[in-house]
Amino acid sequence: MSYKGKCWKFGDNINTDEIIPARYLNTSDPDELAAHVMEDADAEFVKKMTAGDIIVAGPNFGCGSSREHAPIAIKAVGISCVVAESFARIFYRNAFNIGLPIFESPEAVAAIKQGDEIEVDEKKGVITVTGDGEYRATEYPEFMRQLIAAGGLMSYLKKR
Amino acid sequence: MPMTISEKILAAHCGRQEVKPGDLVLADVDIALGNDITAPIAIREFKEAGGKKVWDKDKVVLVPDHFTPNKDIASAEQAKILRDFSEEQGISHYYEVGKMGIEHALLPEQGVVSPGDLIIGADSHTCTYGALGAFSTGVGSTDLAGAMLTGQVWFRVPESMLFTLKGRLSRWVSGKDLILMIIGDIGVSGARYRSMEFRGETIDSLSMEARLALCNMAIEAGAKNGIIVPDGITAAYVQGRMERPAVNFESDVDAVYMKEKEYDISALEPQVAAPHLPENSKAVSAYKDVKIDQVVIGSCTNGRLEDMEEAHSILKGRKVAKGVRLVVIPATQDVFQEMAVRGLMNDLVESGAAVSTPTCGPCLGGHMGVLAEGERALATTNRNFVGRMGHPKSEVYLSNPAVAAASAVTGIISHPDEVVGKKTVAGR
Repeated sequence: MSYKGKCWKFGDNINTDEIIPARYLNTSDPDELAAHVMEDADAEFVKKMTAGDIIVAGPNFGCGSSREHAPIAIKAVGISCVVAESFARIFYRNAFNIGLPIFESPEAVAAIKQGDEIEVDEKKGVITVTGDGEYRATEYPEFMRQLIAAGGLMSYLKKR
Repeated sequence: MPMTISEKILAAHCGRQEVKPGDLVLADVDIALGNDITAPIAIREFKEAGGKKVWDKDKVVLVPDHFTPNKDIASAEQAKILRDFSEEQGISHYYEVGKMGIEHALLPEQGVVSPGDLIIGADSHTCTYGALGAFSTGVGSTDLAGAMLTGQVWFRVPESMLFTLKGRLSRWVSGKDLILMIIGDIGVSGARYRSMEFRGETIDSLSMEARLALCNMAIEAGAKNGIIVPDGITAAYVQGRMERPAVNFESDVDAVYMKEKEYDISALEPQVAAPHLPENSKAVSAYKDVKIDQVVIGSCTNGRLEDMEEAHSILKGRKVAKGVRLVVIPATQDVFQEMAVRGLMNDLVESGAAVSTPTCGPCLGGHMGVLAEGERALATTNRNFVGRMGHPKSEVYLSNPAVAAASAVTGIISHPDEVVGKKTVAGR
C-alpha cells in the first residue's frame, strides 16, 4: 500500500484538543467529528484540504487526551496517513488500533515543506518527497505489522 | 534479573518471571475503565466485534463524568449508552449521577483500585492510580473494547525513569507543584513512552492525595505511567476501602533506569504553568499583574478533600475579587458531602464561589465554566492547551488549589502569602 498526496505541515506537540476540540465530543459519529478536524490548530483546515492529503508534524503528535475521536476524525476526513517526527503513545496505539496509517521519520519531516507532494510506501517504509529525495520511516515491531495487516485491533482479535 | 515495580507488575500479569523494556506482552488487566466520552465508542466496537458479555462484569468500570449531569441532548445520548450497557451487562461499577465522581478521584476513594493492580482506562489520566503502587495507564476506546471482550491488553514494557525528590515542602507547595516542576524540567515529551517512578524523602512524607495529584500528571510529560512504591501511607489509605487485597511490589535495589533525576525541593515555590503547555511552569512569584477572569478549583488532579481544605483555608472570611468568577468542583459526592458537613461549603459560598456537583466540566471546555474569546483562567486542572477551556483564543494557567484560591481573592495570579493575613481584599 502506498499513499500519495499533498502535505499539510503542523508544528510540535500538536495535541488532541487541537485535533478535535472537546466541544465536539458530545458525539462519536466519524463524519460529524471529521467536520472539525484540526480546527484549533488551523480553523480553515477542513475547507482547504482534499481527500488523500497527508498531515506532517513535529514531535509528540497527538499528545494529551486519550480520545480516539482524534485519529477517527483524521481518518474520516480522508487524510491518507500522518507522518511525524514522533507520536504520543496513546495516539500511536489508537492509530494502529483503528487502522490509521502513521509513520515516524524526523528526517522526512525536516525535509518536507508545506504543500509538498510526497509518496509513502507502507511496505518498504520509504517516504519520497517529490523533487527532493527518499527518507526511511522507523520500522514497526512485528506485532504492530500484524495489527496493520488485520486492519486494526478488533479484527485482529476476531481472527485469533 | 532485577526489575522495577512497573516491570514486576507487568510480569505478574502476563504469567512471566520477568519482562524487560521493549518486550511486547499480552497482559491480563484487573480493571478496565471508560467514561461518557470514550466508552460509547468502545461499546460500539465491542458490539460490532460480536461481543455478547463483557469478560468480567465486576472489572469493567463505567463512569459518566465528563459532560454530566448531561450538558446537552447529544451528551445525554452518550451517557445513556453507558447506562443502558451497564444495565444490560450487570456492570457492578457503574456510577450514576448522584453517586458519580470524577473517575480518577472516585476509584481510589471507593477502593476499586488496589496496589499491584494492572489497570487500563480509556482516559489519559488513568495514570493517577500509580500513586497506590499500581501499574495504570491510559488507552483509547478500541483498547477498552478489546479488554471488555478478552480481559487482555497488549503492552510494550516501558523503560523506567527514576525521579528522586529530597527536602521538605514549603507551606503552600503540594504534589501539583512537584509534577509541574518536573514537567517544566523534562518537557511535555520528556517521559514519552516511559514509566516515571517517584521516590525519596519528599515522597515518603507526601499525603496520598498529593501523590495522586503527582501521578495524575505523568501523562503531561508523555509518560505511560507514573508510580510510587507502596508504603505505610499507602497501607493507611487503602485500609478499609479496598475491594480486593493489595499486592505490594517494590523495585529491586539494582533495577535498571534509563534515566535518573534528583531534585532538592526545599526552596521550591508554588508553580504556575503558562499557556499553552504544562511545561511552561515557573514559580508563582515570576508572574506579575496577570489578571484573571475565572478560577477553577477541581478536576481529577486537584478536586479531592485536601485540595478543598487548602483552598478553603485561604477563602474563608475573604471575598472573591470583583470581576472574577470562582468555580469550585468537588471531585466526588463524598468530597461534596464532607465539605457540606464540615462547613466548607457555606464559607465558600460566602466568599462568592459557585460550587458545582462533581464533573470534569470546564477542565476540557465541556460545561460549568467555558471561557469566552480573550478570557483568561487560572485552574487547578492539568492541561492548558489552546482552546482547552473554551474559545481557541482564551488562555489557561495551571496551579495548585492554594494559589488558585489566593488569586481568586486578588484577581491576579498571586502567591498565597500575599493574601493570608489580610482579611478582605477587593470585596464585592
